[in-house]
Amino acid sequence: MRLLEYQAKELFAEYGIKIPKGLTSKNIEQGRKDAQELGFPFVIKSQVPVGGRGKAGAIQKCHNQDEFELKYPQILEMSVKGEKTRAILLEKMAEIKKELYLSVFLNRGKRCYTIISSSDGGVEIESVKNQVIREIGLGEIDKQVAEDVAKEISLEGNSVSDFVDFLQKLSKITIEKEVELAEINPVAVLDDGSLLALDGKVITDDNSNFRHPELLKYQEQTELEKRAEKSGFSLVELDGDIAVVGNGAGLVMSTLDMLSDNGGKPACFLDVGGGATEESVYEALILISKMENVKAILVNLFGGIVKTTTVATAFIKAYKNKLIDHTVYARLKGAEAEKSKEMLKNTQTQLFDSVEEAINAAVIGVRKNA
Amino acid sequence: MLSIAEILQGNPNDSDYNKKPVIVQGITGNYGSYHTQRMLEYGTNIVAGVTPGKGGKKHENIPVYNTVKEAVDATGSKISVMFVPAKFFLSAAKEAIESGIKLLVAIPEHVPIRDTMETLELAKKNDAIIIGPNTPGVLIPELIKLGIMPASPFKVGNIGVLSKSGTLLYEISYNLSEAGFGQCITLGIGGDPINGTRLVDAFDMISDYPNLEGIVVVGEIGGDAEETLAQHVIDSNFKKPVVAYIAGRAAPKEKRMGHAGAIVYGNYGSAESKVSMFNKANIPVAKRPGEIPMLLAEKLKQSD
Repeated sequence: MRLLEYQAKELFAEYGIKIPKGLTSKNIEQGRKDAQELGFPFVIKSQVPVGGRGKAGAIQKCHNQDEFELKYPQILEMSVKGEKTRAILLEKMAEIKKELYLSVFLNRGKRCYTIISSSDGGVEIESVKNQVIREIGLGEIDKQVAEDVAKEISLEGNSVSDFVDFLQKLSKITIEKEVELAEINPVAVLDDGSLLALDGKVITDDNSNFRHPELLKYQEQTELEKRAEKSGFSLVELDGDIAVVGNGAGLVMSTLDMLSDNGGKPACFLDVGGGATEESVYEALILISKMENVKAILVNLFGGIVKTTTVATAFIKAYKNKLIDHTVYARLKGAEAEKSKEMLKNTQTQLFDSVEEAINAAVIGVRKNA
Repeated sequence: MLSIAEILQGNPNDSDYNKKPVIVQGITGNYGSYHTQRMLEYGTNIVAGVTPGKGGKKHENIPVYNTVKEAVDATGSKISVMFVPAKFFLSAAKEAIESGIKLLVAIPEHVPIRDTMETLELAKKNDAIIIGPNTPGVLIPELIKLGIMPASPFKVGNIGVLSKSGTLLYEISYNLSEAGFGQCITLGIGGDPINGTRLVDAFDMISDYPNLEGIVVVGEIGGDAEETLAQHVIDSNFKKPVVAYIAGRAAPKEKRMGHAGAIVYGNYGSAESKVSMFNKANIPVAKRPGEIPMLLAEKLKQSD
C-alpha cells in the first residue's frame, strides 16, 4: 500500500526521524482548530497518493486567516492527476539551507535494496542529479556505509551524524515494515546543520499485509475493491464506460490497451484470476452492476480448461436476476464455444471469435447509445 | 548459466533421459491435486508428493511423504513443483533447497517480497534455480509440463516463449501454434517484483536450446526486466530473431494492475521505456498479441 505523506511521517516519527510540526484534518472546522494550534504562517498540503502536488498547486503557503479561508477549501476540493485530496496537512515552515534526496528502495533488477541519495533534492527522482547509489542486500545499513554516503553527498559537521541516523532508521523501517520504497524528498538541512524530513513517501509490500496488522489503518480501499479482494480478484476502477473483465492480469491489461487503441474508455480493470468459473464470473458481474459509469461490458477469457458454457450460464443468470441490463461483448476461448453461442442466442450477450471483434463491437455499441 | 534443457530433460545417456523424476509440494490440496493430474496426463514423471502430516498415504497412486527430504531420498528427484499457500512459501522453499532440490517451480501468488529474497539467497548458496513465484511454470510441448498451464495452446516447434504473465503466455503460444509456429520451450517468469529467474536469466537458459529458431518475449509494465533484456540482446550480439509484446500501455501510473509487479512509477516500469529499449535492440514490439506471429514471420524471413 502507498502511505500518504502524513502517514509516512507518522511512521518516521515513530522511528525517531525528525519531521516538522504538523496537523492533519479532513474538513475546514478541524482545519481551523489546527491552524490556531499551529499558528501562522504554515504550508497547506494536499494529501494524495501521487506525486506532482507542487506543480498542481496542491501545496501552498498560508500567512493569515483570510488566506486560510480561501486556500483550505480550494485544496480540499482539488484533484492531482485524477486523485482527490484525501486530507489536508498543515505544517510549519522551516529555515532551509539546503535540500537533499534520500531513499531506500527495492531494486527489482538487482534483486536487492538500494540506497539512493543526492545533494540535489526537492525534485522528482528522475530529475535528481549526482545520485549516489549503494546496494545493500536485504536492507541492513551499517554505520560505515551510511557515513560513506554522507561524505559522497558532501555533508559536513553535525549533518553527517543526523544523516547516518536518518538512513539507519529508514533501513529499520524498510526491514520491519517490509517496504518497497521509503523516500524522504527533500531532506532539509537547517541553519544549525541538523536535518528534517520535509516530505515522506512509503510504499509497502501488499503481499506482506497479513504480517502487519499495525499498518491496516493506512489501507485505502473502496467498498468495491474490498469486495473484489475478498473474491480473490484484482480491481482497478477507471473513469471510462466499458467494464473490462478477464482472467489473468496480463490478459486484462492487454484487453485494456486494445480497447483504448480503438477509442474505447475502460471503466475498470477486473481480473478474476487464472481460472474462471460460473461463480467467479457471476461475482464479477455483481461488482460491475455497482459501478455507475458502466454502459457495456467487455469480457475476454482465455482458458484451455475453462468450459465456456459455465461462463455463459453466469451471464444468463445475471440477466434473469436483473443484475445487469448492459450488453456483454465477450470473447470466450475454451471448450464448447459453439454450444455457448447457442445458449446465448437470445440474450444481450454477443460472443465473438476474437477479442479484436468484441472490442470493435463494444466501442461501436457504446457510441450508438451515447 | 545451466541450460534449462539439461535440467528438464537430462543427457541422452541418462537412464532417465526425458523422464526426470518430479515431486509436488502440496500434492493433497485441491489446487495441487488437480494440477498433478493434468501434469501426469501431459507425461510429466511425477514420482512423489509432499504434504506434512499426510506421509505414508497414496494420492492418486503417488506416494506422499511428510518432508521433501524423505521424498528426495526415496526418489532421487531434483525437481519440485510447489503449490503451498503463499504464507508457507518461505519454509517450504527452504526445505526444498536444503533437501537437494535444484529446480523449484513456485506457483503460489502473493508471496511477500522479503520471503522471495531470503529464498533466493539460500538458492544461490545451493546452486538451485527458482522459477517464480507467481509463475504458470515451464513447459516443453508434448514432453513435460511443470505448472498450471493448459495443454491445448502449445504445439511442438522451434520457438521459445518467455512471459511475465500466465494467460498471455497461453494466448500468444496459441496464436503462434495457430500460425504454424510451434514451441520448443515456454516459460513464465512470474508477475512478482522479484523473480527467482529473471527475464534475462530465462533468456540465457533457453538461448542455446537445440533447434531454437526465435524467441518471443511477453513483457508487461513494471520494473526494468525488459530494458535489461534488450540491452543484453545488444551486448551479446544475439543473432536469432526476437520479437516482443508489452501489456499495460493504457494502465494508469502508480496503480498495481493485478500482478504485484505490474506498476509504473514515473518512467520506471513504463511501457514507453520498454518499447523504446526494444526498438534500440532491433526487437519489433507487437501492438496486440495477435500480431506476434506476423512480426516473427517477418523477422525469420529477414534472417534467412
